[in-house]
Amino acid sequence: MHSSALPFTATKPRLSFSSTGIRLAILCAFLLVSVTLFLTWNVKASWAFTLEYRGMKLLSLVIVGASISIATLLFQTICGNRILTPGIMGFDSMYILIQTILIFSLGSVGFSSMSPYLKWALETAVMLGCVLLLAWMLFRGTSQSLHYLILVGIIFGVLFTSLSYLFSRMLDPTQFSVLQDSMFASFGSVDPALLLISGFVFTATALFLFRIHAELDVMLLGRQSALNLGVDFSRRTLQTLFVTVVLIALSTALVGPVSFFGLLVAHLTYRLCGSYKHGIMIPFATVLGILTLVSGEFVLQHLLSFQTRLSIIIEFIGGVFFLVLIIRQGKA
Amino acid sequence: MIQFNNVSVDIRSTPILKDISFSIPETGLTSVIGPNGAGKSTLLSALTQTVPTSAGEILIDDKPIQSYEKNKLARTLSILRQDNHLTARLTVEDLVTFGRFPYHKGRPTKEDAQKIATAIEFLGLNEFQHRFLDQLSGGQRQRAFIAMVLAQDTKYVCFDEPLNNLDMKHSQSIMKQLRLACDSLNKSIIVVLHDINFAASYSDSIIAMHNGRVFEIGSPEEIMQDNILQALYDMPLHVQTINGQPLCLYYS
Repeated sequence: MHSSALPFTATKPRLSFSSTGIRLAILCAFLLVSVTLFLTWNVKASWAFTLEYRGMKLLSLVIVGASISIATLLFQTICGNRILTPGIMGFDSMYILIQTILIFSLGSVGFSSMSPYLKWALETAVMLGCVLLLAWMLFRGTSQSLHYLILVGIIFGVLFTSLSYLFSRMLDPTQFSVLQDSMFASFGSVDPALLLISGFVFTATALFLFRIHAELDVMLLGRQSALNLGVDFSRRTLQTLFVTVVLIALSTALVGPVSFFGLLVAHLTYRLCGSYKHGIMIPFATVLGILTLVSGEFVLQHLLSFQTRLSIIIEFIGGVFFLVLIIRQGKA
Repeated sequence: MIQFNNVSVDIRSTPILKDISFSIPETGLTSVIGPNGAGKSTLLSALTQTVPTSAGEILIDDKPIQSYEKNKLARTLSILRQDNHLTARLTVEDLVTFGRFPYHKGRPTKEDAQKIATAIEFLGLNEFQHRFLDQLSGGQRQRAFIAMVLAQDTKYVCFDEPLNNLDMKHSQSIMKQLRLACDSLNKSIIVVLHDINFAASYSDSIIAMHNGRVFEIGSPEEIMQDNILQALYDMPLHVQTINGQPLCLYYS
């Protein structure tokens, strides 16, 4: 093209970049405050013990908050749809089915005394394996429809839920109460070694995402445009799907199912972040996700001294948010 | 030069393109016309490798299209499709910046910025460049997408029915801009069109397709004949020359 036209006005993009930068900085400041409060508020036992205990809990909140937020964001990008969450593919129901079968076959004592590593490895492997099998079956052909994959995921989710019901009917009341306990996410007692492994996996995915974040932006234009711009859409979709599943499996196996939380964070990110670039959206969602969990946990435990679970509150708020979202989209 | 040598395409074992051979020169505006289901869009899909060919070969500048590395191909050949669904809310400038992605890989340089500004200027989008695409009319939106593929700065540019849902005024302005891009930027532009009068007025050559085969190739004057067009579209029509320009009358 001829390059004789008017000079490029660089002011606007730079402005918008700095304003998203400022927003991210503000968010980080909030996070810092909530983390400090979380660690130091109302210390009754010795400092060493409290910091260690709360530090472990903080780490699990960080990994789960970051994983779920990033996974939801990525999933919505590859689906080209901002209402779907990875939960729709039946991860939660699969997790609950695994718990039900374990309790059913091992009994409540066997289940409670099972090695956490074995359980974690089993859950992660089963969840990853199933999705890879599904993806392999569906992506072999030429059609490569992600929506088809999601639909199959939904149907399997229903099947898993029904199977869980069937098994849970055959449990005795003690076993059933153990099962109910495992159906909601719990950030309380996470094994340090598991946290370490999860941290490594999380870092690896973060590095991968850093490498491909610009191509993820292009994928927002849809398959045809992305292909036109030289992005290998199918390959990147599969890779991103894999990363999503790893992150979801990681956090579900760590603390239990959290489904609407990701939707909440992803949409707040779209609203607040002011950029479509994954290079900004992913860090933003990460910080926002961690902030939500840490501050929620802080308020719940210390200010309200409310002995319920954070996940229940988050699922409730997330669910209401989801309904509002659907109603508003219906009007628009 | 783009060459199709005996290319066939089957979709779910139904033949869509049958033994197609033709070539498209390095500059000029080539229109592809034909009735619905003739295989016009599939022709572009085969060219951009979104559907696999079952026989024959496609050469771009004497090299088989499969031998191009994806990013290199994106700097040689670009295509604008009909339905452009966006997940994110983008401004015109953001969209046009994506056109430079094969070059900048996410970090636009000064040179990219200049090409982007030129493309926006070329399509007269200056006053809209910071507007979001969902705040634009259909014609303005279409122009923004055209600016994106022009910013991609490829030798060959394909458009799949760029005049869809546009009124006379916008259709004419887009065809004029494509013609200008062809003449002043030395590009080879391939356009799938339904309005054969637009094809006749603005093209250097016309490829008429029928039932998965190339029906006729030639200059507008050669294609705009009663017997050819009647057989192509299977309907009564008349070609008349008004002010030295062949026009097809098919309304009554």
